[in-house]
Amino acid sequence: MLEIKEIYKTFNAGTINEKRAMNGVSLTLNDGDFVTVIGGNGAGKSTLLNLVAGVYPVDSGTISIDGQDVTRLPEHKRAKFIGRVFQDPMMGTAATMQIEENLALAARRGQGRSLRPGITRAEREQYKELLKILDLGLEDRLTSKVGLLSGGQRQALTLLMATLKKPKLLLLDEHTAALDPKTAAKVLDTTEKIVQRDKLTTLMITHNMRDAIAHGNRLIMMYEGRIAVDVSGEEKKKLTVEQLLNLFSKASGSDEADDKLLLG
Amino acid sequence: MNFMHLINALPGVAAQGLIWGIMAIGVYITYKILDVADLTVDGTMCTGGAVYIMLTMAGLPWPAALLGAFLAGLLAGLATGLFHTLCGIPAILAGILTQLALYSVNLRIMGQANRPINSIQYDVLLSSRDVRALSIQNPIFIGAIFVVVIIAVLYWFFGTELGSSLRATGANQNMARAQGINTNVSKVLGLMLSNGLVALSSALLAQYQGFADVNMGRGAIVIGLAAVIIGEVLFSKVFHNFGLKLLAVAIGAVLYYLVYQVVIWLGLNPDDMKLVTALIVAAFLAIPYWKSRYFSKAGKRGAQTHA
Repeated sequence: MLEIKEIYKTFNAGTINEKRAMNGVSLTLNDGDFVTVIGGNGAGKSTLLNLVAGVYPVDSGTISIDGQDVTRLPEHKRAKFIGRVFQDPMMGTAATMQIEENLALAARRGQGRSLRPGITRAEREQYKELLKILDLGLEDRLTSKVGLLSGGQRQALTLLMATLKKPKLLLLDEHTAALDPKTAAKVLDTTEKIVQRDKLTTLMITHNMRDAIAHGNRLIMMYEGRIAVDVSGEEKKKLTVEQLLNLFSKASGSDEADDKLLLG
Repeated sequence: MNFMHLINALPGVAAQGLIWGIMAIGVYITYKILDVADLTVDGTMCTGGAVYIMLTMAGLPWPAALLGAFLAGLLAGLATGLFHTLCGIPAILAGILTQLALYSVNLRIMGQANRPINSIQYDVLLSSRDVRALSIQNPIFIGAIFVVVIIAVLYWFFGTELGSSLRATGANQNMARAQGINTNVSKVLGLMLSNGLVALSSALLAQYQGFADVNMGRGAIVIGLAAVIIGEVLFSKVFHNFGLKLLAVAIGAVLYYLVYQVVIWLGLNPDDMKLVTALIVAAFLAIPYWKSRYFSKAGKRGAQTHA
């Protein structure tokens, strides 16, 4: 479904702030794979997701989604294939627009936008039903401005928007990191529900090792712009936090792993 | 200070206010919906009138001349939009560049700095001569019809898929792009639509006052902002519907001209009016900032703990 080949990315090349963020990463996701991504600060997790989404171009290498080379496609064109939820709850929704208007925008992802109505009555009924899966009572507040919602509610709504039109690839960039533990657990629970229901191919960054182990069928750990650990199948199911730390120490060849990962 | 002088001026206030209201609605599209301060309008506020007068003098009927003015405005907006999106120039500077270029363009269109038009000899839609007439020729009536029709069309447009994508672009560009919206296209479209309306307003104004002048748009952006702000301050608590918000902008423009007239009636030199307008707009832009910074509850609590 997703095929990344030898991608490189350096920020601020040629300056004192030069940072090689992506160092020849190759990664192939099969249809229906749910991959969790962990790694310390600056390991390149978010850069990887942003490169796939087309927020900025790769220096070299190729990215294909469902067999189609998207390396040169701009962000808004790649959106046809990709649903995204960001770390910042403010980023995924339009605060000054209504809940139903945000959903209607998401329902038209990947389509041309014409002078047809921006939202229809049939859609409203549909959204009411869809919002129930979030279990936040938003189904009764369709015309509320999104700016009035809490961070958790906005993240849940963004998740619904990202998956409203079944994406070929779902990118979750630490989407629960800014939420309180209880809300985070709920949003993660909803994520699991939707991913299972629609059998979505998913890349999920998390800062929480337990979450990374508990969710998905494959886990990758990044270190200095490379994939340092890649575990899947039975091995992934039996994985413990301790084993994960050991794996990381081996891959990176240092003992500082514990601190960097746990704090990062 | 004869009070009757002020009363006598009121019909003119209403007509001019409504015409400028169309311009202010254009400013609302960029400033409020797209979140861009577009300075192109200072140039476009002359271009529309210049094009209208030249086309009318060439023998075209008023609807064709009005359409020509609107199209010229679209082009001006397109220029700013391309400067901004294609060339990566910050929006405010892109607008200034087009505005400057339009000064030359406007002189070229008119061939001279000022072009009068005789409302008897040529085909004009409205004129200040009829401002007290009880007929459908009255510019207040015509201005009001334009305002209502434009609001209706914009209300419809911003409810469509395309219009919604413009609003999304102004509200949150990250979100818009993630939902597959080409934010550059949205910005260009918004700038074009806005400047088209400003040019339309300019064409009506040129007919009303009987001439187009290369300086007639100077400071237009500030007058437009003043109308947007007056409308918002007075009606934001009562008007929540998008159409009513646009109506509030038009009313804001009328009130601006009312204040203008009162201040002049009180004996202020009209030459000083731009200074007064700038200060009023600056004050209204500053008030929300000061409110949030110095008078919010959180701010006060913070001040107390530090004391």
